[in-house]
Amino acid sequence: MNLDFDPRLTRDWDDPSVIGIDGYVAKGGYEALSRAVAMADADILETVKSSGLRGRGGAGFPTGMKWGFVPRDTGKPTYVVVNFDESEPGTCNNRELVERDPHRLLEGAAIAALAIGCETVYVYVRGEYLWQSIVLERAIGEAYASGRLGADVLGSGKRIDVVLHRGAGAYICGEETALLSSLEGFRGQPRLRPPFPAVEGLFASPTVINNVETLMNVPHIVMRGADWFRELGTEKSPGTKMVTVSGKVERPGNYEIPLGTPFRVVLDELAGGVLGGRALKAWTPGGSSTPMLTADHLDVGLDYESLAGAGSMLGTAAIMVMDETDCLVDCAQRMVRFYAHESCGKCTPCREGSWWATRVLERLERGDGREQDLPVVRDLGKNLLFRAFCALADGTASVINSSLQHFPEEFEAHVRLGACPLKADHLEEVPA
Amino acid sequence: MTVFEGSVRADADAIMDRYPETHRRSAIMPLLYLAQSVQGWVSRDALREIGGLLGITTAEVEAVASFYTMYRLRPTGTHVVNVCTNLACKLRGAEHVFEAAHEAAGVDHGAEMSEDGLFTVHEEECLGVCDFAPAVQINLCNQDAVDAARMRELVAGLRAGEVPSPARGPAFGSFKAASRALAGLGEVPPA
Repeated sequence: MNLDFDPRLTRDWDDPSVIGIDGYVAKGGYEALSRAVAMADADILETVKSSGLRGRGGAGFPTGMKWGFVPRDTGKPTYVVVNFDESEPGTCNNRELVERDPHRLLEGAAIAALAIGCETVYVYVRGEYLWQSIVLERAIGEAYASGRLGADVLGSGKRIDVVLHRGAGAYICGEETALLSSLEGFRGQPRLRPPFPAVEGLFASPTVINNVETLMNVPHIVMRGADWFRELGTEKSPGTKMVTVSGKVERPGNYEIPLGTPFRVVLDELAGGVLGGRALKAWTPGGSSTPMLTADHLDVGLDYESLAGAGSMLGTAAIMVMDETDCLVDCAQRMVRFYAHESCGKCTPCREGSWWATRVLERLERGDGREQDLPVVRDLGKNLLFRAFCALADGTASVINSSLQHFPEEFEAHVRLGACPLKADHLEEVPA
Repeated sequence: MTVFEGSVRADADAIMDRYPETHRRSAIMPLLYLAQSVQGWVSRDALREIGGLLGITTAEVEAVASFYTMYRLRPTGTHVVNVCTNLACKLRGAEHVFEAAHEAAGVDHGAEMSEDGLFTVHEEECLGVCDFAPAVQINLCNQDAVDAARMRELVAGLRAGEVPSPARGPAFGSFKAASRALAGLGEVPPA
């Protein structure tokens, strides 16, 4: 796999001048918006559709198709909502994209607004990204002052306002209907679909919700066209993707790769291999919600289809690496504790299941596990999957089921030894 | 006590104006941050007054405030130290950092704040700084790749009145100041 390609999303990362609007414009910024204001809405839509761009926030839904679902004849306003609630454990590429290139996001969001005839864009940014929200606030101010946002975008007579809204520490708000509830001033709990947000979203009006990285691809697509976009990636997963590599690697960080790049290349060439030259034990391909894979999956391509084929998902492409010294029961209990903390409480399997799973996994890791705990954990994994309103419970189930699938002997050893087999104090007790 | 009076009331009006006139309830989250910037936490008085501003009950406001972890519903230290212990940070030793934060700040596990009122220590789920784990925030400002020794230094510095330079962005000198920025208000110090 050749990593020698012209970067797209990270093209200007080594040039801090693009954070300001003058620097951004000097590099060709906002030319796509100039072009888009002169285009028919339907042509913008068609360009994005034929590019094959898919949502980068986890679900991978085709972006152009999503925009196309928005009805234009309801008499209600339409909205674009930018999902900058990046909270999936292990994921931080949206953060760095905005830190280094904030205007690209505004430009992409404005083009989306033009495509669906929307006058108000809301950016929902997680509260913990305080600095990044200030970077965006400054960029919004510059865009207004230069006539690229506001009542008359680039003299077109079209209005686009951007309103920044800060979250307050709730993972569930990354789920699009929970995000809408939060933005309307309620607890961030998911809503029943249908109606889908495209028909009845924010303030019961047609709404498009897109991830930051998704929208940052849009200016490039408008400037260079769908065929150019498809030059990288695979047929069904075109384009590039930001991946975050963290945990036990030499060089944690955010990297841009053509979709389909094998994990081995990302691990060895970009992230510098496993920390300290130790052996790889497990990795999450797309954050803690995606089933963990192992050293048997080093050659799996990082794209939607290949990862599905390996029994996992691309998710947010957040790769957390665990090495041979890490206890999978301990890692699983920490990940499951996250879901117990973040469950919104709406559905019983999620609210109760994640709580009990945490108790049992903590007990196992502490060395107080009992023989009957293993079937309990197995049972919880089954009963959490596809039994709740949104995918949060499925994330909990993914952790439980994939750790049990790949490392059953490690769970059994905790019970047999009455201790964690990987904690140094107990190493002498591990049978040879 | 009245929280939303004088200039704070004017700030509240400006916040409500960000949203459509028919959907002013959307302002509830920034209004909670505004209250927190005045009191250092969100008191019952503040919940009731926000209900009054938005035409909803105190219980409805409390339902929202209690859902989100970044609103503090009990008195809080001048400085809030957030330590992420989620997997990416755990794999890099975050649990030691979390312990060191408690010890150095003089905060017992589960306690709201240190006896001198200077510190609150909060365990965080993923802060989105997995590339520089373990991630720590002091008054919402990031400190990268913090180990236990660095954590103790940071707390000692704050005790001596030194606000540490963040890894990126400007420094907020207190949790109140950070809460004001979260409400989208006020002059932000240059980075």
